[in-house]
Amino acid sequence: MSLKTDAIGKEWPGTTYQVGREKIKEYANALEIENPVHFDVEAARAAGFRDVVAPPMFAVVYSGPALGPVLFDPEVGMNFAAMVHGGQVFEWNEPVCSGDEITTTSKCLSIEEKDGKGFYVFETVSVNQDGAEVVRGTWTNIVRGV
Amino acid sequence: MSMKVGDQVAELRVTPGRFLPHRYAGASGDFNPIHIDDEFAKAVGLPRNILHGLYSMGLVAKANAAIAGGDPRALKRLSVQFRGMGMPEQEIVVSGTVKSVDGDRVVVDTVATQGDTEIIKNAEAEVEL
Repeated sequence: MSLKTDAIGKEWPGTTYQVGREKIKEYANALEIENPVHFDVEAARAAGFRDVVAPPMFAVVYSGPALGPVLFDPEVGMNFAAMVHGGQVFEWNEPVCSGDEITTTSKCLSIEEKDGKGFYVFETVSVNQDGAEVVRGTWTNIVRGV
Repeated sequence: MSMKVGDQVAELRVTPGRFLPHRYAGASGDFNPIHIDDEFAKAVGLPRNILHGLYSMGLVAKANAAIAGGDPRALKRLSVQFRGMGMPEQEIVVSGTVKSVDGDRVVVDTVATQGDTEIIKNAEAEVEL
Protein backbone atom coordinates (compact mmCIF):
# COMPACT_ATOMS: atom_id res chain seq x y z
CA MET A 1 0.00 0.00 0.00
CA SER A 2 1.36 3.40 -0.84
CA LEU A 3 1.51 6.19 1.63
CA LYS A 4 -0.47 9.37 1.15
CA THR A 5 2.02 12.23 0.92
CA ASP A 6 -0.19 15.16 -0.18
CA ALA A 7 0.29 16.99 3.12
CA ILE A 8 4.08 17.43 2.78
CA GLY A 9 4.77 21.16 3.07
CA LYS A 10 1.31 21.95 4.42
CA GLU A 11 1.20 24.60 7.14
CA TRP A 12 -1.42 25.05 9.83
CA PRO A 13 -2.46 28.34 11.46
CA GLY A 14 -1.23 29.17 14.94
CA THR A 15 -2.74 28.30 18.28
CA THR A 16 -2.14 30.65 21.20
CA TYR A 17 -1.40 29.64 24.79
CA GLN A 18 -1.42 31.95 27.82
CA VAL A 19 1.30 30.87 30.27
CA GLY A 20 0.39 30.97 33.97
CA ARG A 21 2.24 30.48 37.26
CA GLU A 22 0.06 27.65 38.55
CA LYS A 23 0.44 25.63 35.33
CA ILE A 24 4.22 25.98 35.46
CA LYS A 25 4.11 24.83 39.09
CA GLU A 26 1.92 21.83 38.21
CA TYR A 27 4.31 20.78 35.43
CA ALA A 28 7.43 21.23 37.58
CA ASN A 29 5.83 19.22 40.39
CA ALA A 30 4.96 16.32 38.06
CA LEU A 31 8.63 16.13 37.04
CA GLU A 32 9.83 16.79 40.62
CA ILE A 33 11.87 19.77 39.43
CA GLU A 34 12.73 21.71 42.56
CA ASN A 35 14.43 24.94 41.40
CA PRO A 36 12.49 27.81 43.08
CA VAL A 37 12.57 29.88 39.85
CA HIS A 38 9.65 27.66 38.74
CA PHE A 39 7.57 28.36 41.87
CA ASP A 40 8.51 31.65 43.45
CA VAL A 41 8.26 34.95 41.59
CA GLU A 42 10.88 36.63 43.78
CA ALA A 43 13.39 33.83 43.18
CA ALA A 44 12.64 34.01 39.46
CA ARG A 45 13.17 37.80 39.34
CA ALA A 46 16.37 37.52 41.37
CA ALA A 47 17.63 35.10 38.71
CA GLY A 48 16.85 37.61 35.96
CA PHE A 49 13.45 36.39 34.72
CA ARG A 50 10.35 38.58 34.24
CA ASP A 51 8.23 36.17 36.26
CA VAL A 52 8.12 32.50 37.26
CA VAL A 53 9.93 30.69 34.43
CA ALA A 54 8.91 27.42 32.75
CA PRO A 55 11.20 24.37 32.68
CA PRO A 56 12.39 23.75 29.09
CA MET A 57 10.16 20.71 28.52
CA PHE A 58 7.09 22.81 29.45
CA ALA A 59 7.31 23.35 25.67
CA VAL A 60 5.00 20.34 25.31
CA VAL A 61 2.26 22.20 27.20
CA TYR A 62 2.11 25.25 24.93
CA SER A 63 3.23 23.75 21.61
CA GLY A 64 1.54 20.32 21.83
CA PRO A 65 -2.01 21.62 21.29
CA ALA A 66 -0.97 23.03 17.89
CA LEU A 67 -0.44 19.45 16.69
CA GLY A 68 -4.00 18.30 17.53
CA PRO A 69 -5.56 19.54 14.27
CA VAL A 70 -2.50 18.33 12.36
CA LEU A 71 -2.67 14.71 13.54
CA PHE A 72 -6.39 14.50 12.74
CA ASP A 73 -6.21 16.37 9.42
CA PRO A 74 -7.78 14.09 6.75
CA GLU A 75 -5.22 15.40 4.27
CA VAL A 76 -2.49 13.92 6.49
CA GLY A 77 -4.61 10.76 6.75
CA MET A 78 -2.69 9.24 9.64
CA ASN A 79 -3.98 6.05 11.23
CA PHE A 80 -3.99 7.46 14.74
CA ALA A 81 -4.72 4.10 16.40
CA ALA A 82 -1.47 2.62 15.02
CA MET A 83 0.66 5.67 15.78
CA VAL A 84 3.57 5.91 18.20
CA HIS A 85 5.73 8.89 19.04
CA GLY A 86 9.10 7.90 17.58
CA GLY A 87 11.31 10.89 18.17
CA GLN A 88 11.41 14.46 19.33
CA VAL A 89 13.71 17.43 19.06
CA PHE A 90 13.35 20.77 20.82
CA GLU A 91 15.61 23.77 20.26
CA TRP A 92 15.16 26.53 22.82
CA ASN A 93 15.72 30.25 22.54
CA GLU A 94 14.03 32.93 24.64
CA PRO A 95 12.88 31.60 28.07
CA VAL A 96 9.11 31.28 28.65
CA CYS A 97 7.69 33.00 31.72
CA SER A 98 4.28 33.32 33.34
CA GLY A 99 2.31 36.04 31.55
CA ASP A 100 3.76 35.17 28.14
CA GLU A 101 1.42 34.54 25.24
CA ILE A 102 2.89 31.87 23.01
CA THR A 103 1.72 31.29 19.45
CA THR A 104 2.64 28.00 17.77
CA THR A 105 2.37 27.24 14.06
CA SER A 106 2.85 23.78 12.51
CA LYS A 107 4.17 22.43 9.25
CA CYS A 108 4.49 18.96 7.74
CA LEU A 109 8.17 18.45 6.90
CA SER A 110 8.05 14.93 5.47
CA ILE A 111 6.04 11.72 5.09
CA GLU A 112 8.05 8.64 4.17
CA GLU A 113 7.64 4.90 4.15
CA LYS A 114 10.41 2.74 5.63
CA ASP A 115 10.15 -0.98 6.40
CA GLY A 116 6.36 -0.95 6.11
CA LYS A 117 6.02 1.94 8.52
CA GLY A 118 5.01 5.50 7.84
CA PHE A 119 7.29 8.22 9.24
CA TYR A 120 5.49 11.54 9.64
CA VAL A 121 7.65 14.50 10.60
CA PHE A 122 6.09 17.78 11.74
CA GLU A 123 7.67 21.02 12.87
CA THR A 124 6.23 23.47 15.36
CA VAL A 125 7.58 26.99 15.81
CA SER A 126 6.55 28.87 18.95
CA VAL A 127 6.98 32.62 19.35
CA ASN A 128 6.15 34.89 22.28
CA GLN A 129 4.11 38.10 22.39
CA ASP A 130 7.17 40.09 21.23
CA GLY A 131 7.62 37.87 18.19
CA ALA A 132 10.76 36.23 19.64
CA GLU A 133 11.12 32.50 18.93
CA VAL A 134 11.00 30.50 22.16
CA VAL A 135 11.16 26.94 20.87
CA ARG A 136 11.23 24.94 17.67
CA GLY A 137 9.99 21.35 17.87
CA THR A 138 10.46 18.47 15.43
CA TRP A 139 7.95 15.68 16.07
CA THR A 140 8.37 12.25 14.45
CA ASN A 141 5.34 9.98 14.54
CA ILE A 142 5.56 6.41 13.32
CA VAL A 143 2.51 4.53 12.03
CA ARG A 144 2.75 0.75 11.90
CA GLY A 145 1.41 -1.27 9.00
CA VAL A 146 0.91 1.37 6.32
CA MET B 1 31.66 24.03 36.15
CA SER B 2 34.05 22.73 33.51
CA MET B 3 33.47 19.41 31.81
CA LYS B 4 35.55 17.35 29.44
CA VAL B 5 34.84 14.68 26.88
CA GLY B 6 34.05 11.37 28.57
CA ASP B 7 32.83 12.91 31.84
CA GLN B 8 29.75 11.23 33.29
CA VAL B 9 26.67 13.29 34.10
CA ALA B 10 25.21 12.59 37.55
CA GLU B 11 22.69 9.76 37.27
CA LEU B 12 19.03 10.58 37.82
CA ARG B 13 16.95 7.76 39.34
CA VAL B 14 13.17 8.11 39.54
CA THR B 15 10.46 5.53 40.17
CA PRO B 16 7.24 6.95 38.72
CA GLY B 17 4.30 5.95 40.88
CA ARG B 18 1.19 4.11 39.74
CA PHE B 19 -0.69 7.37 39.24
CA LEU B 20 2.19 9.41 37.81
CA PRO B 21 0.83 9.03 34.24
CA HIS B 22 -2.46 10.56 35.40
CA ARG B 23 -0.64 13.39 37.08
CA TYR B 24 1.52 13.98 34.02
CA ALA B 25 -1.57 13.82 31.78
CA GLY B 26 -3.08 16.66 33.78
CA ALA B 27 0.13 18.67 33.79
CA SER B 28 0.82 18.21 30.09
CA GLY B 29 -2.71 18.01 28.66
CA ASP B 30 -2.03 14.65 26.96
CA PHE B 31 -4.89 12.34 27.97
CA ASN B 32 -4.25 9.58 25.44
CA PRO B 33 -5.93 6.55 27.15
CA ILE B 34 -2.93 4.26 26.57
CA HIS B 35 -1.27 6.23 29.38
CA ILE B 36 -4.08 6.44 31.90
CA ASP B 37 -6.46 3.55 31.22
CA ASP B 38 -4.94 0.16 31.97
CA GLU B 39 -7.85 -1.79 30.41
CA PHE B 40 -7.73 0.29 27.22
CA ALA B 41 -3.96 -0.18 26.99
CA LYS B 42 -4.32 -3.99 27.32
CA ALA B 43 -7.13 -4.01 24.74
CA VAL B 44 -4.79 -2.44 22.18
CA GLY B 45 -2.06 -4.99 22.89
CA LEU B 46 0.11 -3.19 25.42
CA PRO B 47 1.24 -4.95 28.62
CA ARG B 48 -0.40 -2.22 30.72
CA ASN B 49 -0.82 1.56 30.70
CA ILE B 50 2.52 3.08 29.72
CA LEU B 51 4.41 6.24 30.56
CA HIS B 52 4.22 9.26 28.27
CA GLY B 53 7.40 9.39 26.16
CA LEU B 54 7.51 13.14 26.73
CA TYR B 55 7.50 12.55 30.50
CA SER B 56 10.62 10.39 30.13
CA MET B 57 12.09 13.08 27.86
CA GLY B 58 11.32 15.56 30.65
CA LEU B 59 13.49 13.48 33.00
CA VAL B 60 16.29 13.48 30.41
CA ALA B 61 15.97 17.29 30.21
CA LYS B 62 16.05 17.53 34.01
CA ALA B 63 19.19 15.38 34.27
CA ASN B 64 20.96 17.54 31.69
CA ALA B 65 19.83 20.88 33.14
CA ALA B 66 21.25 19.66 36.47
CA ILE B 67 24.81 19.95 35.11
CA ALA B 68 24.16 23.71 34.86
CA GLY B 69 22.67 23.86 38.38
CA GLY B 70 19.12 23.42 37.04
CA ASP B 71 19.20 26.75 35.16
CA PRO B 72 16.23 26.59 32.74
CA ARG B 73 18.21 28.69 30.21
CA ALA B 74 21.04 26.15 30.01
CA LEU B 75 19.39 23.48 27.84
CA LYS B 76 19.63 24.69 24.23
CA ARG B 77 18.65 21.60 22.32
CA LEU B 78 17.47 18.09 23.12
CA SER B 79 16.95 15.35 20.57
CA VAL B 80 15.61 11.91 21.55
CA GLN B 81 14.32 8.67 20.11
CA PHE B 82 11.56 6.83 21.95
CA ARG B 83 12.06 3.08 21.84
CA GLY B 84 11.05 0.58 24.50
CA MET B 85 7.91 1.53 26.40
CA GLY B 86 8.27 3.09 29.83
CA MET B 87 6.23 1.54 32.64
CA PRO B 88 4.91 3.03 35.87
CA GLU B 89 6.22 1.57 39.13
CA GLN B 90 9.65 0.65 37.71
CA GLU B 91 12.80 2.64 38.33
CA ILE B 92 14.06 4.84 35.48
CA VAL B 93 17.79 5.53 35.34
CA VAL B 94 18.96 8.49 33.25
CA SER B 95 22.69 8.55 32.56
CA GLY B 96 24.86 10.61 30.26
CA THR B 97 28.39 11.03 28.97
CA VAL B 98 29.94 14.21 27.57
CA LYS B 99 30.46 13.68 23.84
CA SER B 100 31.95 17.04 22.85
CA VAL B 101 32.90 20.39 24.34
CA ASP B 102 32.96 23.67 22.42
CA GLY B 103 33.73 26.66 24.65
CA ASP B 104 30.93 26.77 27.24
CA ARG B 105 28.70 24.41 25.25
CA VAL B 106 28.75 20.70 25.92
CA VAL B 107 26.95 17.93 24.08
CA VAL B 108 25.86 15.02 26.28
CA ASP B 109 24.89 11.57 25.01
CA THR B 110 22.08 10.44 27.27
CA VAL B 111 20.05 7.28 27.73
CA ALA B 112 17.08 6.43 29.95
CA THR B 113 16.62 2.80 30.95
CA GLN B 114 14.23 0.65 32.96
CA GLY B 115 16.00 -2.58 33.82
CA ASP B 116 17.37 -3.89 30.51
CA THR B 117 15.02 -1.76 28.39
CA GLU B 118 16.20 1.49 26.86
CA ILE B 119 13.11 3.70 26.91
CA ILE B 120 14.96 6.68 25.46
CA LYS B 121 17.99 6.14 23.28
CA ASN B 122 20.32 8.28 21.22
CA ALA B 123 19.38 11.31 23.28
CA GLU B 124 21.66 14.24 22.61
CA ALA B 125 21.54 17.31 24.82
CA GLU B 126 23.29 20.59 24.13
CA VAL B 127 23.88 22.45 27.38
CA GLU B 128 25.40 25.88 27.96
CA LEU B 129 27.41 25.96 31.18
